[in-house]
Amino acid sequence: MNEKRYDVVVVGSGAGGGTVAEALAPLVRQGKKVLVVEQGPRLRLEELSGRELEMAPALYEDDGGFLTADGTMTLAFGRAYGGSTVVYTGTSMQPPERVVRGWGVPGLDHSDLDRRARRFAGDNNVHLLDEGLLNENNRLFVEGCRKAGYRAEQFPINVKGCKGSSLCNLGCPNGAKQGTHQVQLPAAERAGVEVVTRAEALRLEERVVVLRVSARPEGGKGLPSEWAPGDYRVAAGVVVLAGGAVGSPALLLRSRLPGLSGRVGEGLTCHPAHILVGEHPREITNDVGHPKSFFLDRAAREGFVLETCMYFPFTTAKNLAGFGAPHSTLMRAFRRLQMILVLACDKAVPGNRVSVDRAGKPVVHYRFTRETVAALVRATRASARIFFAAGAIRVHAPSADPPLVEPGDSARLDERISERHFLPGKISVSAAHLMGGCGMGRGPEDSVTDSFGRVHGLPWLRVADSSLFPDSLEINPYLTIMALADRVAEGVVSDLSELGAGSG
Amino acid sequence: MTEMVESTFGPVRESFRALAATIVPEAVSLDADAWDEVERIVEDGLAARPAAIRRQLRLFVRLLDLLPVLRFGKTFRSLDPSRRTAFLLGVQDAPVLLVRRGFWGIRTLVYMGYYSRQEARDAIGYRADARGWEGRR
Ligand SMILES: Cc1cc2nc3c(=O)[nH]c(=O)nc-3n(C[C@H](O)[C@H](O)[C@H](O)COP(=O)(O)OP(=O)(O)OC[C@H]3O[C@@H](n4cnc5c(N)ncnc54)[C@H](O)[C@@H]3O)c2cc1C
Ligand code: SF4
Repeated sequence: MNEKRYDVVVVGSGAGGGTVAEALAPLVRQGKKVLVVEQGPRLRLEELSGRELEMAPALYEDDGGFLTADGTMTLAFGRAYGGSTVVYTGTSMQPPERVVRGWGVPGLDHSDLDRRARRFAGDNNVHLLDEGLLNENNRLFVEGCRKAGYRAEQFPINVKGCKGSSLCNLGCPNGAKQGTHQVQLPAAERAGVEVVTRAEALRLEERVVVLRVSARPEGGKGLPSEWAPGDYRVAAGVVVLAGGAVGSPALLLRSRLPGLSGRVGEGLTCHPAHILVGEHPREITNDVGHPKSFFLDRAAREGFVLETCMYFPFTTAKNLAGFGAPHSTLMRAFRRLQMILVLACDKAVPGNRVSVDRAGKPVVHYRFTRETVAALVRATRASARIFFAAGAIRVHAPSADPPLVEPGDSARLDERISERHFLPGKISVSAAHLMGGCGMGRGPEDSVTDSFGRVHGLPWLRVADSSLFPDSLEINPYLTIMALADRVAEGVVSDLSELGAGSG
Repeated sequence: MTEMVESTFGPVRESFRALAATIVPEAVSLDADAWDEVERIVEDGLAARPAAIRRQLRLFVRLLDLLPVLRFGKTFRSLDPSRRTAFLLGVQDAPVLLVRRGFWGIRTLVYMGYYSRQEARDAIGYRADARGWEGRR
């Protein structure tokens, strides 16, 4: 076993880990050693081909098809230098005050999060896309909302030189999306923070990260690891977990550290989502242009959010319910399709959690509560109204049976689209906003960390990612994650002086 | 990668193709090379999955082929297209979650094999590429 020593080791390089890496970079100038450990590869821009078959295995855990334990939902999360920020769409939302207040975490103040998130929005070039760059898929959403009595809002997005290739979720081939792989990690590395890729943290021991560095598989995408393949014991003054809402609880659970809260893994939420499709009588611009420019926020009143979206052929096929001629007909109408992503604002409930199997691999247990199903159904009905108001001639709704809804059904949408047709295992549900598992709170009986991500009972260990959320955020989460991670980094700086950690 | 791993659907190829052609009716007109491509994509996609899962999927395809004997007196492969569809509609709505999930898994693999091919992308008119708007003007 190789031995190394750092002052701080950060596990994971996504929204949380990348933020911590950059925030700690000034420490390097003071002689401290900071390491980021990332299990995924570092991809070169020219390797981002925009093809589902190549990019999904290169960038996502389980090729983007990570299934919950009962197989009824697919979870999408990244596994690369930059984590899920390499594949996210870049919509950049401020933390909602109503939600943060509702969490009731002692010491967590909305205005503090908001201020930090605004700073990252500036760093990441967050802005509204020029009207001339909006495609018809997005414009029809705005028009449909207006005619159906809703007010769509424009998403601020974090792009620089976006060409509108519509491939954001397969990694931006133009380097336009300002994820941590593009902004925070390169800045941290320039300042002397080390990043080791293809390095999986296997377990934690007291102030030690045990990790395995893998060789680049033959023919695989990405650069080889910065370190020689093999197993390493890395001693650290402070360890920061930023492996995401699945990775961080899983690592803690397989480490079995004495004194850890029994809440680890609990409280997982994920904004379960459906992809809905409306067929128009004419071709529209849909697979060109930034895919996600507008949203409709009904979280407070109706428990859902609608977002524009556009997916790739296989992802679309998989998410449309059914099979055979009706499914094929819709696929052949691809150029006439408008798409809406509906997200339910689920709540943390007992049983929805991360565990690990005997091999230490994460297992996600998730059951749809009645409230979540009802929110998805309400969201689907609202989307159907929006599609028809925008001129669609048919709407595909997974919670309708048969799933194709015609304009003639408009008057009886409540009957056509209903909870009784939401049959788990039959219809596709997916989620990309994974939250919770190491929630913040008062003490070990109700949470895993305090409001600065410090793990209760383990002063050398902090968490700085989406797993900190005590409940769902009810809006796209990355800026809030960065704001939380920035607070954690602040805590690390004070830990280092308190713990008097030294590097060797 | 596939050479090193035992083929998942090789031993049940005819049943798999009958299912695939019911799930995506256009698959009936695929030539031998196109079928090979569909199957290679599916096998590659499964290569990294645990052997137990691959065995379960193969068993499920076998079951789907045999179960219609109880209702129609014929295997799935021997049914006409409308009966194949009727049978799979029943499987899709089965009261048992495990059965619905199994079918969802098979249809997902078929869609992956079929729609990841360039030919299918072209056929449905999907054109996204890195040049974005520049490529369309
Ligand atoms: C397709 C998609 C689209 C999205 N779009 C948006 C959007 O538009 N706006 C928005 O706000 N949010 C979006 N999100 C969500 C957002 O990307 C995530 O919420 C956010 O990136 C999570 O940050 P994180 O740091 O918790 O985890 P991640 O960003 O997922 O990073 C975790 C990293 O840790 C690594 N890791 C895990 N375990 C280990 C280990 N044991 N050893 C070493 N490394 C490990 C992983 O490989 C990964 O790279 C999207 C997500 C997806 C998947
Ligand atoms: S739409 Fe813009 S940000 Fe998205 S992949 Fe294309 S160029 Fe990149």
